[in-house]
Amino acid sequence: MPRKTMIEAIRDAMDVMMDRDDNVVVFGEDVGFFGGVFRGTQGLQAKYGKSRCFDTPINESGIVGAAVGMAAYGLRPCVEIQFADYMYPAYDQIVSEAARLRYRSNGQFTCPLVVRMPTGGGISGGQTHSQSPEALFTHVSGLKTVVPSNPSDAKGLLIAAIEDPDPVIFLEPKRLYNGPFDGHHDRPITPWSKHELGEVPNGHYVVPPGKAIVRRQGAALTLLAYGTMVHVGMAAVAETGVDAEIIDLRTLLPLDLETIEASVRKTGRCVIIHEATRTSGFGAELSALVQETCFYHLETPVRRVTGWDTPYPYAQEWDYFPGPARVGRALLETMEQ
Amino acid sequence: MTDYAPLTLHVPEPAVRPGGTPDFSSVGVPRAGSVARPEVNADPESIRDLAYSIIRVLNRDGKAIGPWGGLLSDEELLEGLRHMMILRTFDARMLMAQRQGKTSFYMQHMGEEAVSCAFRKALLPGDMNFPTYRQAGLLIAAGYSLGDMMCQIYSNERDPLKGRQMPVLYSSKEDGFFSLSGNLATQYIQAVGWAMASAIKNDTKIAAAWIGDGATAESDFHAALVFASTYKAPVVLNIVNNQWAISTFQGIARGGSGTFAARGLGFGIPALRVDGNDYLAVHAVAKWAAERARRNLGPTLIEYVTYRVGAHSTSDDPSAYRPKTESDAWPLGDPVIRLKNHLITIGAWSDERHKQAEAEVLDTVITAQKEAESHGTLHAGGKPSVRDMFEDVYAEMPPHLRWQRQQAGV
Repeated sequence: MPRKTMIEAIRDAMDVMMDRDDNVVVFGEDVGFFGGVFRGTQGLQAKYGKSRCFDTPINESGIVGAAVGMAAYGLRPCVEIQFADYMYPAYDQIVSEAARLRYRSNGQFTCPLVVRMPTGGGISGGQTHSQSPEALFTHVSGLKTVVPSNPSDAKGLLIAAIEDPDPVIFLEPKRLYNGPFDGHHDRPITPWSKHELGEVPNGHYVVPPGKAIVRRQGAALTLLAYGTMVHVGMAAVAETGVDAEIIDLRTLLPLDLETIEASVRKTGRCVIIHEATRTSGFGAELSALVQETCFYHLETPVRRVTGWDTPYPYAQEWDYFPGPARVGRALLETMEQ
Repeated sequence: MTDYAPLTLHVPEPAVRPGGTPDFSSVGVPRAGSVARPEVNADPESIRDLAYSIIRVLNRDGKAIGPWGGLLSDEELLEGLRHMMILRTFDARMLMAQRQGKTSFYMQHMGEEAVSCAFRKALLPGDMNFPTYRQAGLLIAAGYSLGDMMCQIYSNERDPLKGRQMPVLYSSKEDGFFSLSGNLATQYIQAVGWAMASAIKNDTKIAAAWIGDGATAESDFHAALVFASTYKAPVVLNIVNNQWAISTFQGIARGGSGTFAARGLGFGIPALRVDGNDYLAVHAVAKWAAERARRNLGPTLIEYVTYRVGAHSTSDDPSAYRPKTESDAWPLGDPVIRLKNHLITIGAWSDERHKQAEAEVLDTVITAQKEAESHGTLHAGGKPSVRDMFEDVYAEMPPHLRWQRQQAGV
């Protein structure tokens, strides 16, 4: 099976879908001729023409607003917001329009739309190129929110998102584009070509939304993670020797609560990790759900390791980022309680 | 130390406030028929003056004058009059229904009936409007059921939107009426996107975007003009300038721009101003803009100069912010009376027939209202099901919503 980087897998998903369905269109800032600042759409304009893959004015509300209109017409737009941090001008279009259209029109109009956004930190991007705004989307009824952690999932999840009849927020951890980054920023990059999840099947396949996956079986503790933090969690587990069960959520909404519940009932302990800020982060929702569904199985309080509640800093990036050392400490503390 | 005087902030004020004498001297009203009608493929640079004038067809004597007239037959004009009369009567009955507590909220069109009623006749089946809350004439002129509109207003068991939307936020895909949001300006760029989709698919359909004078200040208005201009989208961009955005006069949104239409000029979009109370002029300009879109010549911006005679909605009182007699002083008159007078002038209508038509229209509206009320009103009779509250959030209900529906006991 061919090995691909995550950005190649994402591009492959759009290629497969543009080939299969004339209604799939792709656009955004620098997306057309140049192929995107992360090269996510490279070659698509040359292959499918300018009316199906094109550059847009720098106007995120315009990109998503136009896409809502196109989706209502019957197209399947898959648009790129250059960085998730630039999403805010489009938030009204996402929340009040894309997410509500099916409901408010009683199904007369629908919005099969994918909004791709590079997300997360680790690239010296400071506060405007590093944010993880997933909780701003999971809080909105009518949206689905997806965060892949590897090339194989990224392709299957993106194909599923493009085929989905409803709007999907597709958050791409940009630090994973070229390799399974585990938080050790001072070590050489491991490429996806050396990782088994860099194996990306050819052609069309789907990773269904709403299905988590157990990345590592374990008996001592359940570690809930998504995106980059899956790899950080793997590193922390390897370094501490804690026999944790690592669950890669893959989709935050709909959430695979069944898989989480089964694991926590087995292990009796739960640690939740994410890059995003702590307060009202998605970890708070996970923590509440674990408490509601597994309270009598819990041996220790549910613990969260997250980014601090500060803007994402520039020079202090690695003091902000919840790396393997911080995650490892939380694992050990949870086991000692 | 500086040689400059301290800076001061400029906050525009309307010419008159309550207690003052209405003054519309700033609205320059050209003679009917005096504005030229360019070819639809005219160079936008050569017709920039149209953004500063007002295209008018009907003069004070009820005659249709000049190059924008002559497009509609007597039958079509009579139909237009009937649509406006239905809309006005519908409004009156629903306002009363709101006062009677049969709904919580209503928004009337008084004074603006010609804009949506006449515009609709320039569209073809399959075209799509992205309306605001004051374009119900688009539905009425499309032949949409008055009863269904009322059931939506009453949120009753027959509400086509199952009680999910506030009154008047209709949706009818079949009639080319996109689901109303309630947020302002968001639909303007969506209309451009819909039109781009039609072009991408090499379709023949066009879109129409709608916005009020106040909401042109929103960023999405700018987004729509940029996208429409860049991609030459087949869309008609409509601005209904009814002078008031709730309590805020149009000068707050317009700022230093001469007119709202002039906003289009910087984008290279042909921009026209039209007498919004002149059914013939509205239709002619809409037809011109639609023709441009259909011939792939790109977007057109139209400013309809009109006046909101009533309150913004049933939730505000205009006497608190503008003179009570202001609407009487509005220089462009009443759209229903002007079309009626024109039809009488050309011998196609009479006062007697008009009185008779008023009675017939009232009867039609009351019949629809009785039927609608037999299915319930906001607080009495048939209601949408609570179960429906959980449907259509997604195509397929996810587990967490299924659980919540069980918790709600439905």
